[in-house]
Formats: sequence, C-alpha cells, structure tokens
Amino acid sequence: MLELKAIRKSYGPIEVLHGVDLQVRAGEVHALLGENGAGKSTLMKIVSGIIQPSDGQIFIDGKSYSFANYDEAIAAGVGIVFQEFSLIPGLTAIENMFLARELRGRFGLLDRKAMRKRAQATLKRLEIDLPLDVPIARLSVAEQQFVEIAKALSLDARILVLDEPTATLTPSETEHLFKVMRELREAGVAIVFISHHLEEISEICDRITVLRDGEYVGSSEVADISTDRLVEMMVGRRIENSFPPKPAPDPAAPVVLEAVEVQLRRGGPVSGFQLRAGEILGFAGLVGSGRTETVLSILGEYGSARCKIQVDGKEMRLRSPADGLAHGIGLLPESRKEQGLITSFSILQNVSLNNYGKYRQAHWFIDFKKELASTQAAMDQVHVKAQGPRARVDTLSGGNQQKVVIARWLNHQMRVLIFDEPTRGIDVGAKAEIYQLMRAFTAQGYAIIMISSELPEVIGMADRVCVFRSGGIVATVEGDAITSEQIMTHATTGRVHHVA
Amino acid sequence: MSHDSTIDAKGRRRRAALDWLFHSPLALPLVGLIVVSVLMSFASDNFFTVNNILNVLRQVSVVGILAVGMTFVILTGGIDLSVGAVMALSGTVAAGLMVNMGLPGGVGLAAALLVGTGLGLISGALVAWGRMPAIIVTLAMMGIARGLGLIYSGGYPISGLPGWVSWFGVGRIGIIPVPVIIMVTVYALAWVMLERTAFGRHVYSLGGNETAARLSGVRTRWVKLAVFGISGLTASLAAIVLTGRLMSGQPNAGVGFELDAIAAVVLGGTAIAGGRGLILGTLIGAVLLGILNNGLNLMGINPYMQDVIKGLIILLAIYIGREWR
Repeated sequence: MLELKAIRKSYGPIEVLHGVDLQVRAGEVHALLGENGAGKSTLMKIVSGIIQPSDGQIFIDGKSYSFANYDEAIAAGVGIVFQEFSLIPGLTAIENMFLARELRGRFGLLDRKAMRKRAQATLKRLEIDLPLDVPIARLSVAEQQFVEIAKALSLDARILVLDEPTATLTPSETEHLFKVMRELREAGVAIVFISHHLEEISEICDRITVLRDGEYVGSSEVADISTDRLVEMMVGRRIENSFPPKPAPDPAAPVVLEAVEVQLRRGGPVSGFQLRAGEILGFAGLVGSGRTETVLSILGEYGSARCKIQVDGKEMRLRSPADGLAHGIGLLPESRKEQGLITSFSILQNVSLNNYGKYRQAHWFIDFKKELASTQAAMDQVHVKAQGPRARVDTLSGGNQQKVVIARWLNHQMRVLIFDEPTRGIDVGAKAEIYQLMRAFTAQGYAIIMISSELPEVIGMADRVCVFRSGGIVATVEGDAITSEQIMTHATTGRVHHVA
Repeated sequence: MSHDSTIDAKGRRRRAALDWLFHSPLALPLVGLIVVSVLMSFASDNFFTVNNILNVLRQVSVVGILAVGMTFVILTGGIDLSVGAVMALSGTVAAGLMVNMGLPGGVGLAAALLVGTGLGLISGALVAWGRMPAIIVTLAMMGIARGLGLIYSGGYPISGLPGWVSWFGVGRIGIIPVPVIIMVTVYALAWVMLERTAFGRHVYSLGGNETAARLSGVRTRWVKLAVFGISGLTASLAAIVLTGRLMSGQPNAGVGFELDAIAAVVLGGTAIAGGRGLILGTLIGAVLLGILNNGLNLMGINPYMQDVIKGLIILLAIYIGREWR
C-alpha cells in the first residue's frame, strides 16, 4: 500500500535520513521504532508532505508520488495525527474536523447540518462517543486524539500515521484507542504507529521497522521478534571514545542536593534522588517522561503538586531560579535560543547578566572594567571562540553559544549545575569539549545533573543514572549496570510507583 | 605617499561615520529630526528662532517626561496605557489637597508623586504576580484613574492654586524654561539607570528574552514591578509640570497622551516588542513630535488635518525603520 524507497533528507550539509525504506500493507498496524532522534518523525513528515525528501521515492498503491505540501498528501489518502495536535482549541469537534474544508450550503454559508451528519457518521463508524458542540479544549487528551483521527478519516485517509498517540493517555484510554485501531485495520486502513512503549507493540502491531540515527536497521513480523532483540536493534553498538574517563566514585562525598519528594501532577508518581558533590547524575528517559519538569520544579519554575528538597541537608523551598542562584544551583536550559540566551545581547552582556552583584561601583553602578575582565576570564576558561566579548551571540555556532551559557555560571560560588540536553545541535568536536568541561567542573567539586536523550552520552558521562518514565523515576542504575539495554528497558517498560 | 595616507584616513573616518549612521539605533530618529526641522524652517521663518525652539521644548516637556517611563515599560516588552489618566489624577489630587484642604504645597506635590507611583506599582504587581497582560491591566487602570479623578473633583477643574506652583509650568531659570530643565534631568537620570546600572541591563534582558533572563536568575517580577512604578512616577512628575502650566488640577487633562508617549518611544527607535532601544532616542522622538505639532500650527493647518498628518508620518517612520534593517 505505502512504500518508501531510499528516502534521504539533508538540512544543509547534515544528512538526517540516510536512505530509509518502509513498506506498510493495507490492513496492518506497522510500528516505527527508534530512539529519540532516530528520524521517525522526520520520515513521517516526509510521508505527509510537510517536508520534502532530498532523495528517494514514495509509492502509494504502486503509484509514484512526490508531495509538495500536506494538502497533496491528504489528497493521496495520507492522514497524520501529530504528537502535538494541530487542532484549534477554541473550536468544536465538528468545526475542527472540517477546518478549511467547510461544507457550503445556500449563499455560500456554512452547511452545519451536513457537517454534523458527516461527523456523526465518521465517529459512529469508530464507535466513539464524544460531545460535538463544546470547544475541544474541554475534551480529554484522548478525545482530542479521536477528533484528530476522525478528521483524517473524514478526508478519506487510507494511510494513517499516529505519532506517539499513547504518550499522554491513561491505560483505559489507550485500550479504547487500540480498539479503534483494530476496527480501522479491519476496514483495510494501513496504520503507521510510533510508540516508545514496547509492550504496546506486541499488543497492537503486526510488523515493525526500526530506525537508528537516520538509518534503516530492519523490519520484522512482531511475532518473530523478542523485546531484547528489539532493544538491541534500536540501540545498536556504537563507538564511545569522545568521553573523558570517569573517576572512581566517592561514597563519602557530601550530598549537596536531595529531592526528597517530587510529584509533578496530582495523583502522579512520587520520586526523589540524591546528588553528591563531584558526580554527574544522568537523567535518562523518553521525551516527555518528566525529566525537565522535575528540575524546573526544584527551581520553583514549574508548578508541581509536591516538591520537597534539601540543599546541603537543609530543607529549602526555591521560589524562582533567582533563589536557585542564591543557593548555588544553576540551570543550563534545553533550548539555548529560547531559554538560554538574550540574542539581542553581546557575549559580554549575556555572561554578566546574572553576575552584576559581583561588579558594582558605589553599590548601584556597573564596574565596566571588572565586567569585561571577569567575562574575558570566564570565556577563556570554557574556550569560547569569538571575535571578542562584544560579539553578538547570534553569530556564534551552537557549541560556542552553549559555552556562553556555561560561562554565565562560572563567576558564582555554584555547587550544582543542571545541564539539560547539553549537546543538542552541537557538532562532534564541540561536544567532546563540553564533555571535558563537565568533567573539569566535577573535579572542582561541582555536582552535575545531566538530562540527556542521547543514550551514548548518558552512558559515557553519567556516574549514576536516574531513569524516568511517565513523570517519575523508575530506576536508578550505577557503575557497570549503566548500559543501553538497562536504560531502554526501564524507560520503556519500567513500573512507576503511584502514590495518592 | 603621505598624501595617499591622508586620503585613507579620511576615507576610513568617513566609512566609520557611515557605519555609525547605519548601525546606531539613534541614527534614524536623528535623520528624521533633521529632515523635519529643515522642512519646517522652509515653511516658516519663525521656526529657527531661540524663542520658538525653547517654546517647542517647553510644549514637549509633559509628553517627553511621560515617554521616559513608557520607554522603561516598553523595553521590558510591556506597555502602559494608563499614563495620561494617572497624570490627570495626580494633578487633581495635588490641587485638591492644596486648594480644598489648605494643606501646604509640599504635601500636595508629595501626594501627587505618591499617587502616581502607587498606581504604577499596582499595575506592575498585577502584571508581574497576577500574570495579566500589561495592555489589559493598564487599560483598566486608565479607566480607574480617570474615574477617580472625576469623582474627586466632581468633574470640574480645581483652581486657585498658590502662585508659586506656576513656576513648574512656566517658570524660567535664565532663559531656560523650568519644565525643560525637569525633563532633561529626568532623561539624564533615566540614561544613568538604563546604561550604567544592573537594573538597566535587566530591563533590556526582559524584553530580549524573558524566559532566558528568569532562568539565569534575574528576578524578573521585581523588574516588572519597578518599571511600572517608574512609569507612574514620571506620570506624576508630568502632572506637576502640567498643573503648573494650567494653574489648576484638570481631571480631564491628558486624554490621549499615552498614545503620544508611545509614539515618541517608537519614533525614537525603540522596538515595541522590547529589548532594543535607547532613552536618548525617546527624547529625539518626543522633540520630533513637538516640532511637527509646532510647525503644523505655524503653517496654520487645520488641527483635525494635523492629526491625520502626524499619523501618516508615524506610519512612514516605522516603515522606513523596518526597511533600513
């Protein structure tokens, strides 16, 4: 039904898909598997015409297609339900289903009756019952997802792509979704199902295809493959030589930060961890598993249900990152452009942004000489390559921008640095430099939390690893137990402890 | 040989000047100011006289002072629509305390400053801790302040102020009008705050990227509170100047002044989304607006038509500013 041959996609000089094949038959649920960043979402965006491949062919029912945009893919029978929904929250289910394709009646006015009839028919076919006349913002996430699916089907989709549909569903909602998927399968729809939850694969899927780092690894019938083998296919064997050696663990090192009880959502899992001076504690898990939210709630930046922490053994409540700074806890956020840098500022101004307490004259005024000297020193310490401290940060490479964000924290008496995805979008050479820096910091006694979605990075850098799943820590592994298989198994099948 | 090198030096200096012209945020407002001044001097022989220029500056002073607080707010990415109404309320309260209650003048002036700053701080607190959009909060504050002023005064101007109050509005030191001195002083203080203090840097950082500023440890809520407080303070300083000029507390004064203040800030090259801009640009913007008003008056153009022309010029200026970058 759907066949992709040797799909390649490059962004500038960087190729993210290196010739991927995929075959999906009518009336089957086909799982597309791979780690974060393996290229699944990119591939599905190509199938649905949202982005165009650099090379390769798309066949539907044996006919070759090349989609210029999403609309052309829809016309060819492709429907996609995104990870982030594309619904308009203020409109009703019917209005969303017919958005930009409204049925017109007399005088070109909306034919609301006909739209309602068509919507009801589609939902009935799926045996879905949901309120049609309230803004969909008031529906549950599962119901919104059904609206998305119904929207795709009302456009006569014969190929349906579901991008991590179960990530935010409760078990009973997932069950309902699977029922709908089975009905669609009976009706001959080809479904591409992306999920990180391996137990779901054996429950609902017929065949699988695995991607790794943008490469096609293989396909198989689900019945013919074990979970262990699946994990191995997803993780693969990789060379890990850019990481500095790990020092021997020091069990006597003091605990600088302890999360006693963190509960992100009411009714969600409660977890905690200890962070010792001089160690790198890895936070592993899938995207959306609650790693970033956990550190943000420690810093008072995320409204969690419960957050009890101790800094140096003293119970503490941080109300903002500014409080974190005062207690020596600094965050290097996930997205440098949106959360890390003031792009209209120079390097100097970015680095000194939270340092002014250190260089003041007569209490009120900035001591520009001191500002320049200490910024230059911090830049040298992390080897920022730039024309000078007054260069604009938006002219720097990703690696150098990250170093600027790091440099910001070096003029303080910091004890805890939290790196969220420290090497995202950074080239290999700069990555190695940042790893060296992190080790240099721990050698000076800093404690580091490193949130990372790249398994090799977690394995190569972390002294201990907390594995997150569904909003809580499901396991903490250390030493030789830090392996891809261990982490992936916990991240995809680990049990969370629910406490009321 | 030496001849060549002088040419080189000249060329380099010229290129540096051109470079400045293209890259300084002050360049465009200055060019606008010069162009408008030259046009006005052709249109009216009286334009380039010392008297007229001092007169323009005196007329500019009220909006010019309002625009200082507005610059702080806009640099953080906010907006303050309440400045005109807050100014009217502050002036009315000051006049009422002096005239109706017979309190000493100093108390009246202090009350004006307190009222303005207080209302600004309330807006700021609602924006920062209440997480409400600045445009809505200050729109509401505009209505509240205007209404309170009318209630307090019964809707009528409060006159009969002691004579010395007029010093703030029409007095002179040497030949320089007092309002101009007050305005220049306010700009100088604002320049020091924005350019020379950590607070100023934090103001810019909020407009540049509030999330990044907060995550790196800037106390963004307090910065927001402070900029609205400053805006209230400058509104009450403007109120003192205005009350001195009118010699009465006018509850209906300053309608639409918030728009003139915003226009001055934007004409001065400050980005309406915040993060970029200079306080000196605002001064240029305010003077530019004043010259337009003055020139159009000297040319005897119908006041209704003047509004249309001013609107078109603001549009043109913003358009040119965009294309320039």
